[in-house]
Amino acid sequence: MPEPDTAPPAPAPDHPRPPAAAGGGGSTPRPPLLPLLGIGAIVLSLGAALAWAAGWTGGRLTAQQMTDTIEAGGGNHPGFRRAHSKGVCVSGVFRGNGAAQKLSTARVFAQTETPVLGRLSIGGGSPQAPEAKARVRSLALLLRSDDGQEWRTAMNSFPFFVVATPEGFQAQAEASLPDPATGKPDPARQADFARRFPEARKFQEWARSAPWSNSWANTPYNGVNAFRFHAADGSEHFVRWSFRPQAAFEPLSPEQREQADADFLQQDLAARLAQGPLRWDLVLTVAAPGDPVNDPSQPWPEAREQIVAGTLTLDASQPQAGGPCRDINYDPLILPRGISASDDPVLAARSAVYAHSFNRREREIAFGRTQATATGAQQ
Amino acid sequence: MSTDESTAAAAVHSIPAASAPSSAPSAQGAAVAGAPTQLPVPAHFNAAARLLHWLMAPLILAMLFVGVAMMASVHNRPWMVDLHRPLGIAILALALLRLGNRLRHPPPPLPADLPRWQARAAVASHWLLYALFIAMPLIGWAMLSAGGYPVEMIGGLHLPPLLPQDVTLYAVLRTAHGWLAKLLFATVLLHLAAALFHAWVRRDGVFSSMARGRSAPD
Repeated sequence: MPEPDTAPPAPAPDHPRPPAAAGGGGSTPRPPLLPLLGIGAIVLSLGAALAWAAGWTGGRLTAQQMTDTIEAGGGNHPGFRRAHSKGVCVSGVFRGNGAAQKLSTARVFAQTETPVLGRLSIGGGSPQAPEAKARVRSLALLLRSDDGQEWRTAMNSFPFFVVATPEGFQAQAEASLPDPATGKPDPARQADFARRFPEARKFQEWARSAPWSNSWANTPYNGVNAFRFHAADGSEHFVRWSFRPQAAFEPLSPEQREQADADFLQQDLAARLAQGPLRWDLVLTVAAPGDPVNDPSQPWPEAREQIVAGTLTLDASQPQAGGPCRDINYDPLILPRGISASDDPVLAARSAVYAHSFNRREREIAFGRTQATATGAQQ
Repeated sequence: MSTDESTAAAAVHSIPAASAPSSAPSAQGAAVAGAPTQLPVPAHFNAAARLLHWLMAPLILAMLFVGVAMMASVHNRPWMVDLHRPLGIAILALALLRLGNRLRHPPPPLPADLPRWQARAAVASHWLLYALFIAMPLIGWAMLSAGGYPVEMIGGLHLPPLLPQDVTLYAVLRTAHGWLAKLLFATVLLHLAAALFHAWVRRDGVFSSMARGRSAPD
């Protein structure tokens, strides 16, 4: 490779001689202090600006801090997801019925059949948690349509999010951390959280009163965040989506929850899949003007227009260790043409925190800092 | 490369070698290069080099800031990620153009009285910058592929994956992307400090060789 810079000092007649050197009369002149200070100040300012942008300084809430707090609440489980750590991979197809084409040009709504790679899980950060006792259940999906577009979504059994903002979520996660003295969350911090984020009362009421079903299969999963749907005619609507189970509701009593095996939901899923595929209807709810589209803690009125856009059919499951869903980040902002994000701040924060959770577990798996229970490796 | 010989003969041999990719040394070229009064080497970077430099400088700084900010930000990640990916590919294209231009048009020589270590640092840091301009977007692209992510550009356009999905490749490339970004930022700062040192302390024409064209006074 030519290195012209190291070429011998060829004569360059129009090259100006350095005035500083010329003025020095042969001896080395003292470097001027002011320019050196200026250079130092510019370089340091840029370094400081980068440190601020990276969140190393400035005291802003960062995605790393949110991930750290979630991690602290769930315990140390390298190689697993930081939240919703316990679950199984599932696969099947989504069949659009064409009804959603008036709302969105996304190919998935028009395509006869789109393959689905999903994950059923429970809330919480422990990969060994007793499944029957988990108040929150989740369904994540990756749909890849034949135009190469991808739609990823991570949904939950709750009908609305606990708080309106990432700051609220962080406050809740911090208030839920066990106090080292008692081993339980500090009641004072919990009270402080409830006072600062009153919207959480609605969620706590749901957690207390919502009926418990006895399967992942008969649980509804709600996208909670609103998204923009772009139609072929250029119109735009805010939409929330839910997957509504076709399997009939069957209750799970408090006694059953206490006595159930830790892998209760997985065992139930395997038994049901052995009988045949499981189905959910995709229900799109369209916002009316004035509905809170950027606040996932606020449900929309019952009367809103709903469209059944198709059916999800799951016919197989695989353990997450070594399964196809293990190395998928179900980032809710990976969206196909025809769907785009709203300005919901929780959506942005979920995307940011999922990225860190993904990076951490992928590094742990890749660099051997985990156990076979996470990776599925035969060791 | 040749050493401290500064005879016309050395110039005859070294200059055509530097521009070898464009044309073989002809008798005429050697004669021009060998005549000191005929500007054997340019005093300034050519217009394409200057345009690319000043176009890429803000883009690369923006890229570094957006890169760290989008990993930290709880609120601004979506638009930052949407900017980071296509901008990275744009920088890759510009960097390849710039490399081609650099290989065809040797830059002006550094001042003869520049201490040897500084001249070597200049050469090494320039090639490191070029390497990182090209490697960083490629690593980012390959990393997203290995992570199973779609490599989204603007308007739902996806780039094809560079690698199959693989947890080890992803972890290695993701780690490299982060550390090489820090190395790039440090090298950019060093480059900036050195450029300003030439402009304000040495005042030796090195800064103006990139800042201005040949005809303008220094």
